[in-house]
Amino acid sequence: MSEDYDIAVIGGGLVGAALAWGVAGEGRRIAVLDEGDVALRAARGNFALVWVQGKGLGLPEYAAWTARSAEAWPDFAAALGAETGIDLGYRRPGGFHLALSEAELERRAAMLQRLHNQAPPYEVRILGRAETKRMLPAIGPDVAGASFCPLDGHVDALRLFRALHAGLQRRGGRYLADRAVDTIAHRGGEFRLATKNGEVRAGKIVLAAGLGNARLAPMVGLAAPVRPQRGHILVTERLAPFLHHPMATLRQTREGGVMIGDSQEEAGFDNGVDTRVAAAMAARAVRAFPLLARANVVRIWAALRVMTRDGFPIYEQSASCPGAFVVTCHSGVTLAAVHATALAPEIAAGKLAPERGVFAAKRFDVPAAA
Amino acid sequence: MFRRLPDAAATLTVTVDGAPVAARAGESVAAALLAAGKLRFRDTPASGAARGPYCMMGVCFDCLVAIDGAGNRQACMVPVRDGMAIETQTGARKIER
Repeated sequence: MSEDYDIAVIGGGLVGAALAWGVAGEGRRIAVLDEGDVALRAARGNFALVWVQGKGLGLPEYAAWTARSAEAWPDFAAALGAETGIDLGYRRPGGFHLALSEAELERRAAMLQRLHNQAPPYEVRILGRAETKRMLPAIGPDVAGASFCPLDGHVDALRLFRALHAGLQRRGGRYLADRAVDTIAHRGGEFRLATKNGEVRAGKIVLAAGLGNARLAPMVGLAAPVRPQRGHILVTERLAPFLHHPMATLRQTREGGVMIGDSQEEAGFDNGVDTRVAAAMAARAVRAFPLLARANVVRIWAALRVMTRDGFPIYEQSASCPGAFVVTCHSGVTLAAVHATALAPEIAAGKLAPERGVFAAKRFDVPAAA
Repeated sequence: MFRRLPDAAATLTVTVDGAPVAARAGESVAAALLAAGKLRFRDTPASGAARGPYCMMGVCFDCLVAIDGAGNRQACMVPVRDGMAIETQTGARKIER
C-alpha cells in the first residue's frame, strides 16, 4: 500500500508542525510523518521563550532572522489562534537577562557591544540595578543589573504545539503517527519514504526530524551535523502573578507556575534529570528572586536541544535530489513565525530565498588548517 | 459526613480560618478538617472551582491549605499540632506567604 502527497514533512515537532501548517492549504496534499509517543521531543520540553536578545553573534543574518520572527509573532499568534480557537498566550512585555554580579554585567555588556558592532536589527539596553528593580521589584540584593530587549516575549509552548497540529488538520493536512522513516529513495523526481507501517511517496520532502535529521539528511545528498544538548527545567507550584517580564532563565507562566531553565549540558542522548544541575539552577534563581525560596518545585524535567556546532539553523535544498529540504534549529518556538510564514512558502514554491544561503550546511566543511 | 473511629487519642485545638476546631493528636490536618465537616479546602487558581481532599495520601495535591502562614501545604501530609493556624485558600498562592 502506498500513499501519495505533494509535500511530506518528516517530523511532527514544533519545526515540522510550523512548516506543515505553513505549506498546507491551497489544495496541496500535505502529510506529516511522525514517530510515536516515545520520540525525543523538544517541542514538549522547551522553555517557551520567543527570544531575541543576545542571538546572532557571528552571523548577522541569524540576528535579523530572529528579530524578524519576533516581529512576525503577534500576527502569527493571532492568525493561528483565530483559525484554531486556541489562545497561545503570547505576550511581549520585553525580556531581561539578569546579571548576578558586576563582573557578569560587564561580560554581558561586552558581548552585546560586539553584537551591536554587527548592527543587529534590534535594540538591547543595559540597565543598572535601580532601573532593573523599578521594573522587577522582587529582585534580590545580588542582582547587579540586566540587559533588556523590548522584542522579547513568551508563549504557552504546549498550546502553540497543539494549535499548529489542529491548524494543519483544519487545512486538510494529514498527520501520520508511528511513521518513523527508515530510508528515503529518490526516483523519477519522486521521493519514497520507507516506514514500518508502509511506504509514503511525495513530490517534495522536508526533513524536520530534529536530532533524526543527522541520519536522514545524507540519504538525499544533504548534511545535518546536529548533536543533543541537554537542558533542565524546574517548575514551581502555581503562584499569584509577581513576575511580569520573562527572563532568559526564569519566567512565570500565564497559569502562575514559575519555570526555571536554561542549563546547557553535553550528556549525549541521556534526557534524565540530574538533581545536582537542578539544585544549582534553583540556587541561582533564589539569588535572583529570594522569595522563590518559599516556593515548592512540583516538577523537574530535562529535554534535548537540537544543536549545530555554531548554534545557528540549517536551511538547505538538496542539489542532487531537488525537492528535498532540510530544516533544523534549536529555537523552534521563536522561529515558528518565520518558519510558518516565510520559509514554508519558499519550500512550497520549490526554491529557498537567496538570503537563506548563509544557513546551508556547507559552512561546516572547513578545510583543515595548513 | 465523616465520623471518627472511637479511640483514646488526646484532644487538641486548632483554628480554621480563625475559628477553633477540636482535633485528635496523630491525625492529619485534612482528617481534622473533614471530621469538622469542612469539605471545601480551597478554590483552584485555574477555574475557581472548589477543591478538597481526594487521595489522602500525598499524591493529588487537591487538599492544599495555608498552615501557620505558609500557603499550599498538603493538609493530608501534615499532622495536627495544638494551636496550629489553618486557613483555607482562594486562588493561587501568593509568593509572599
